[in-house]
Amino acid sequence: MIVFDTSLVIDGVKVHGKKGETILEVARRYGINIPTLCYVENLSNYGACRLCVVEIRKGLRNPFLTASCTYEIQDNLVVNTKSERVVKARKMLAELLVASAPNVKIAQDIAARCGIKQVRFKMEDNRCILCGICVRMCHEQMGGKALGLVGRGIDRKIRMPFDKRPKECLLCRGCEFVCLGIEIPCQGIKIPGELCGRCLRMDEMPYCCPLGSFGCSCEHNPLASDSRLRNSRK
Amino acid sequence: MKKIKTARNLEQYRQEIIKKDSKYKKIITVCGGTGCHAYGCQLVKQRFQKELQRNKLLNRVRLKFTGCHGFCERGPIVTIRPENIFYQRVQENDVPEIIKETISKGRVVKRLLYEDSITKEKIVHMEEIPFYKFQKRLVLGQNGLLEPDKIQDYIAVGGYSALVKALKLSSEKIIEIIKNSGLRGRGGAGFPTGRKWEFCREAEGEIKYVICNCDEGDPGAYMDRSLLEGNPHSVIEGMIIGAFAIGAKEGYIYVRHEYPLACRNAQIAINQARQLGLLGKDILGSEFDFDIKIGKGGGAFVCGESTALIASLEGRVGEPRDKQHLHTTESGLWGKPTNINNVETWANVPLIINKGPEWFYRIGTEKSKGTKIFSLVGKVKNTGLVEVPMGMTLREIIFDIGGGTSDGKEFKAVQTGGPSGGCLPAESLDLSVDYEQLSAAGSMMGSGGMIVMDETTCMVDVAKYFLNFLKEESCGKCLPCREGIKRMLEIVTDITEGRGAEDSLALLEELATVVADTSLCGLGKTAPNPVLSTLRYFRNEYENHVRNRKCPAEVCAPLLRYVILADCCKGCGLCMKACPYNAISGRPKEVYTINQDICTKCGSCRSVCKFSAIVIG
Repeated sequence: MIVFDTSLVIDGVKVHGKKGETILEVARRYGINIPTLCYVENLSNYGACRLCVVEIRKGLRNPFLTASCTYEIQDNLVVNTKSERVVKARKMLAELLVASAPNVKIAQDIAARCGIKQVRFKMEDNRCILCGICVRMCHEQMGGKALGLVGRGIDRKIRMPFDKRPKECLLCRGCEFVCLGIEIPCQGIKIPGELCGRCLRMDEMPYCCPLGSFGCSCEHNPLASDSRLRNSRK
Repeated sequence: MKKIKTARNLEQYRQEIIKKDSKYKKIITVCGGTGCHAYGCQLVKQRFQKELQRNKLLNRVRLKFTGCHGFCERGPIVTIRPENIFYQRVQENDVPEIIKETISKGRVVKRLLYEDSITKEKIVHMEEIPFYKFQKRLVLGQNGLLEPDKIQDYIAVGGYSALVKALKLSSEKIIEIIKNSGLRGRGGAGFPTGRKWEFCREAEGEIKYVICNCDEGDPGAYMDRSLLEGNPHSVIEGMIIGAFAIGAKEGYIYVRHEYPLACRNAQIAINQARQLGLLGKDILGSEFDFDIKIGKGGGAFVCGESTALIASLEGRVGEPRDKQHLHTTESGLWGKPTNINNVETWANVPLIINKGPEWFYRIGTEKSKGTKIFSLVGKVKNTGLVEVPMGMTLREIIFDIGGGTSDGKEFKAVQTGGPSGGCLPAESLDLSVDYEQLSAAGSMMGSGGMIVMDETTCMVDVAKYFLNFLKEESCGKCLPCREGIKRMLEIVTDITEGRGAEDSLALLEELATVVADTSLCGLGKTAPNPVLSTLRYFRNEYENHVRNRKCPAEVCAPLLRYVILADCCKGCGLCMKACPYNAISGRPKEVYTINQDICTKCGSCRSVCKFSAIVIG
């Protein structure tokens, strides 16, 4: 029997959790949606993508934004997951994410869900979004420690030590299995800078997705080029 | 050296040293700070050594190779005590004259004295020089008195007496003293030191650590390293007292590998303290054990952040982690409660214990107590380290102590707090310097960098410079900091290169706010400050770049256009010879022209033109 010993308010609802749980975990249990990217259940909380930002009011302090995946619950916290400040920040984060990795499906999906239609930054083509999931998977679940983050700032990369496969790598392919960037998004970008996201904008563009005519890689598309990878993810 | 076992032994040892030193009639100090090293103080010191030997003065005159005196603009600095004669810009060849005149005959060598820039008067004594007159050098003051690699010097000026005092008190009492003194963290954030110690003391766990943070990385700031280089024992003494109050048995000094002098002096100081029994087991018979190790950092700016520093000390990649309420005082180094303080904070502790919290509390403003060391650099006459009481106005620091802008150009802005701080305009000059006032003005205290800028500085270019620095130094873990800084830099670069769009500024502001709101650690949270503060105070400059494609300070090269005025050009051809890219063509005695496609805007032609015919159009 789990004892709930802490109570807090999320989006105006009084919720309960036990000490040591994060805001995100409690919110998910109550069905409150907070988007995440680098958070994976059963891996350690990393707090890198910051998409799960929430606004916290604690006592008399000025409300501040923080990542809900690393913030442990406390009594008398007042959390807002959808305030104007949060939505604005999340939207900007999604825009930064998709501008750096427009050809990663999850980046596009998040951007589309945040309602971004036009990116105001120069598009790049990074395939790795540096979420660190593969590194944590390797370290924590497979006991491999074969992957690591190399470099600082914009030179940050995920690499094996000295770019060689160490003997710690058991070729389990756990890293590949969890990789978010491996899924290729819909190839239907026509105007530079415009995002597709049409599958989510059905009412706006009713003819957008007749099952794969844009080359989407969603499950319904039999022509998707990366079907092998998709199947391995299931 | 014999181990000192009790407080009384220490006192005896102190008297012995003072007695031994009293045979010296004169003391010559040569500044051995980092700034003076660049001017060649090493040679001056060697020459002094040689000359003293030659004149057989070594048993009457003591030569001290000390830490930074602060007035780095005028290095190498030599002072003669007890008269306190201050010689500046001393070269190797001046040494025999100083020995002959000042040491032997007691006469002052006039040409080496400091000359007041306004009254043109020669000033003999150190404390009369305007640069020193307005300062309150509590922490830095001892720098000029002692040799950093001789513990005896430190003990002679009363060193480790605060430790004796503290070891007689209970830990609660020490924490209360620090709390009552109002001392706040000198690293920048200004967290009350006493409270931090209390948290760490109350945290659960047998093993606890104290750490001294000397990962100073702000461009243009060098207070912490100078303090650790010049007076390492004051830091060590502060750390022992802190460790005693908290209940820590081990301490670390985290210092950048790039500061070889600081690493060396700190290591020597630790060894000497160990030999004397001031570090190690049963310190001064109090049954308290404590030892310090040095942890060298690889020179990452982000490692000044507490959690990143700990990661680096543990041997991992220096990356911060979320610490919202699992603070390092609860779970720090190796998961144990850890208390991290800045070099300057530690150096303040012995002073407070010795002179009492009330004395310290009286200095400064309502919420910020004591003094703060700033490194006053940039376009200012007297660059160097200045220590002033909190609450002094920026005007007093820059104009009274700093002597105003160099070359008499008009003052434009002052950048405080390094890359995390902001730029304050001339209107803010009367702002009194303390934690709250600076934050309210959109800047911050930071670790104490103070960069003065005059009218030839372009504020957009300044923002670009800091963003560039931060782009390199961000660890890259969290998205807003890694991507956000890169994008801000992109936008600002576009603006300085004439590609700024009308909505760039709005986007820049929006992005900056989000980066500040959502970043993981202090680096990211404060990274937009240079942008936000320049946008707040110098918006017109940004607008000028965007709308008129002009850089008012004539800094941003892509926006400049050099033209030759036909009326003034005498056709001498000097500009054509000076141009490294052969962008200027013409015939003698005719008006020359600049080919804009080739011109790289280096300005060589303008600097050679004798008729001021070349202007920026």
